[in-house]
Amino acid sequence: MVRLACPSMLILLLSIEGTNMHKLLTDQPGATMVLLGNEAITRGAIEAGVAVATTYPGTPSSEISLNFFQISQESSLYFEYSTNEKVALEVAAATANSGVRSMCVMKHVGLNVAADALMTLAYVGVKGGLVIITADDPFMFSSQNEQDNRYYGKLSGLPILEPSSVEEAKNMIPYAFELSESLQEPVIFRTTTRINHSTAPVTLGAIRDRVCKGDFTKDPFNYVTVPAVSRKLHVKLLANLDKAAELSETSPYNFVSGSGVWGIVCNGVSFAYLCDALRDLGIQDKVKLLRIGFSHPMPSKLIKGFLGSCEKVLVVEEGEPYMEEAVKAFAQEAGLTLPINGKSKDLFSRLYEFNPRLVRQVVAAYFGVPCKVEPMVDLSNVPEIPQRPPNLCAGCSHRATFYEVKKAADGLSTIYPTDIGCYTLGFLPPLSMGDFLICMGSSAGTSCGFSKVTDKKVVSFIGDSTFFHSGIPGLVNAVFNKHNFTLVILDNGITAMTGHQPNPGVDMGLMNLQGYGQISIEAVVRALGVPHIAIIQPYKVKKSIETLREAFNFKGVSVVIAQEMCTLYAKGFKKTKSRSYYISDKCRNHRDCISQLACPAFFLDAEKVKIDPVICSGCAVCAQVCPENAILPIKA
Amino acid sequence: MSDITRLIIVAVGGQGNLLSSSVLGEAALLAGIPLRMSEIHGMAQRGGVVESALVFGNAQSTIISDGEADVLLGFEPSETLRALNKCNARTVVITNLSPLPPFTVAIGKGVYPDIAELQQIIRAKTARLIALNAVDLAKTAGNVLSVNMVLLGALIQTGILPVTADHVKQAIRTKTKAAFVDINIRAFDLGFETASRQ
Repeated sequence: MVRLACPSMLILLLSIEGTNMHKLLTDQPGATMVLLGNEAITRGAIEAGVAVATTYPGTPSSEISLNFFQISQESSLYFEYSTNEKVALEVAAATANSGVRSMCVMKHVGLNVAADALMTLAYVGVKGGLVIITADDPFMFSSQNEQDNRYYGKLSGLPILEPSSVEEAKNMIPYAFELSESLQEPVIFRTTTRINHSTAPVTLGAIRDRVCKGDFTKDPFNYVTVPAVSRKLHVKLLANLDKAAELSETSPYNFVSGSGVWGIVCNGVSFAYLCDALRDLGIQDKVKLLRIGFSHPMPSKLIKGFLGSCEKVLVVEEGEPYMEEAVKAFAQEAGLTLPINGKSKDLFSRLYEFNPRLVRQVVAAYFGVPCKVEPMVDLSNVPEIPQRPPNLCAGCSHRATFYEVKKAADGLSTIYPTDIGCYTLGFLPPLSMGDFLICMGSSAGTSCGFSKVTDKKVVSFIGDSTFFHSGIPGLVNAVFNKHNFTLVILDNGITAMTGHQPNPGVDMGLMNLQGYGQISIEAVVRALGVPHIAIIQPYKVKKSIETLREAFNFKGVSVVIAQEMCTLYAKGFKKTKSRSYYISDKCRNHRDCISQLACPAFFLDAEKVKIDPVICSGCAVCAQVCPENAILPIKA
Repeated sequence: MSDITRLIIVAVGGQGNLLSSSVLGEAALLAGIPLRMSEIHGMAQRGGVVESALVFGNAQSTIISDGEADVLLGFEPSETLRALNKCNARTVVITNLSPLPPFTVAIGKGVYPDIAELQQIIRAKTARLIALNAVDLAKTAGNVLSVNMVLLGALIQTGILPVTADHVKQAIRTKTKAAFVDINIRAFDLGFETASRQ
């Protein structure tokens, strides 16, 4: 089975019909399987007998959920794509408090959305184990920031576990559930992209029986968090923190390897880079490595003992100086004054990710050992290579909508708040339709602010999944506080950017899945009392421009819903491909098509624009844009 | 570092880079060689660049730093050039010669490098360059989509990876669609043979 880079749910669902059992359900303890980090985590959950899994899709966590989704089709596991991460955590909080082992999966910024639930769930605790996966993203490969979610451990008081490898990621999950049940608290399991999206051989373990049904015992004075109740629950949380600290001291996931008076404290993937660096530098007998895998609470006794036997210590951690600050405090408590360094101009940055060469060089410089440096290739005479940024697919309806908004707004001074999804790519030239973005749903909320204090026409963009996730409160705010802007809801019938997952507006029947409701975005918008609502079909260019112009002229909140199924998703359903288009001799080389649409199906051949019929999806938007009507369908 | 072999594969989304990595992963398992890989996903469907790092041997790192690739395999010539930062003077480079210009070229925001000059530059800075028109070879094999298998053939011909052609062919049989296995093997052989003549 081909694993796609952005795995399309539909394609994978179609391919599992009539095939064998899901590979992650293989009941062969001791067998070896080459797995992606995310697959290893899912497998770990299966081995731990997880019965409920909830999520909102987010890279780099998305494959965990995809595998749970597939497994839920053929086993008693309950899995759902929840509306957003807060709801996902609330669902799991309830199932775990009913005694059922549950897992909640999200990317790092998703934990911000779930944080309201998380912080007080920490007080309340759980009965069945609950493991919360936060997939952090140093270097922001596919995220709007690179926040270091280890701080959620400090903030919430909950334990944090961090694997250093794909295999460890699997093995740690059953441990995480045991820990959760022993403390009766959720446990945060923190990964980074290089764990989630690395592949390595993994040895399978035994699969624990799944217990799917639980029970909830009334205990309101431990569950309803009014102040009087919370005051005593906080005492319990702190007592648990002490218990967790004891467990952290003796956890197999905090360990020392090597020997010598030079010490290195590390976590996550840095451990892997350090193993290689120490070997490459030939200093394995000079350096003691303390690998922290149970990083909240930090094992203070273990660390103090480690520091006491070192002359000099380097802390190697991507992101923030989370461990460095703790290690320095422990040194002070133990009366130790040895040099301890981590983040500084000469050592490690707080920015981005590490790599083996960087770690090797910093370690060598810090401990004053020689480091053979292979000179890199001189790139000074390499010609400039054209950028290859990701682009909206050929036939993407968002391209059409952006073009139409631009035309409809001609003459107006505009602000385009945008949101998170495939359409975010529309902010790049030549479309340049996107001016402000901070988080999921921010399009709606920020539109209120921009339109209140400026005289510019505010037109904002939000997708269907993002609308359900967190766009609705912003729109409610606009109606209630009588703001003045146009919200364009880009409804392509699927959560596309993260790999075609369902959301509450999706027609699940198209995927042959039963037992789902479906919420009409139009009905929601009408129910909110938005005073001006219109629907457009983005492939009909002229009509769409007219409808948008009317909405822009309306004084007050207007919503335009652009309805067209995601072209990539739609390909999975079509029996035959739509006719491709070609550029005929009528072309006068105005280049409107390529300069205003920049569809990836266009290419230049001897200075003339041509269309690649294999890539062209037949949306015909360019045909409507061409002033010479030179773009025509290829006759059968 | 000598018992470790570091391979970088760069491609444009949709060219079958990930399937090649998965075939090599299977081949390594068959050969009993430890292998760790990492990929940057996410932009593949949208015509962006996909880069995979494959580390053969007893290393723990799953990524490869600049200047540390032993082999660079490029599915697209401008992407091969762009990935030169991963190379050093001892790196062997294999590249497809069939260009896929990014849309930035089409809208006049960039000039696609001259293919002959590109090859000269790469040859001058690295140990060896194998350049082949993998699209033509794939068509000869029977399917233009077997470009990835052609390039795998060329890659294995260099003898740098600790897996043999037999291991890879066995992996092709288990990891690729049954209907395409014969074409894929043919494509592999054509790539292997073409590389041997360079």
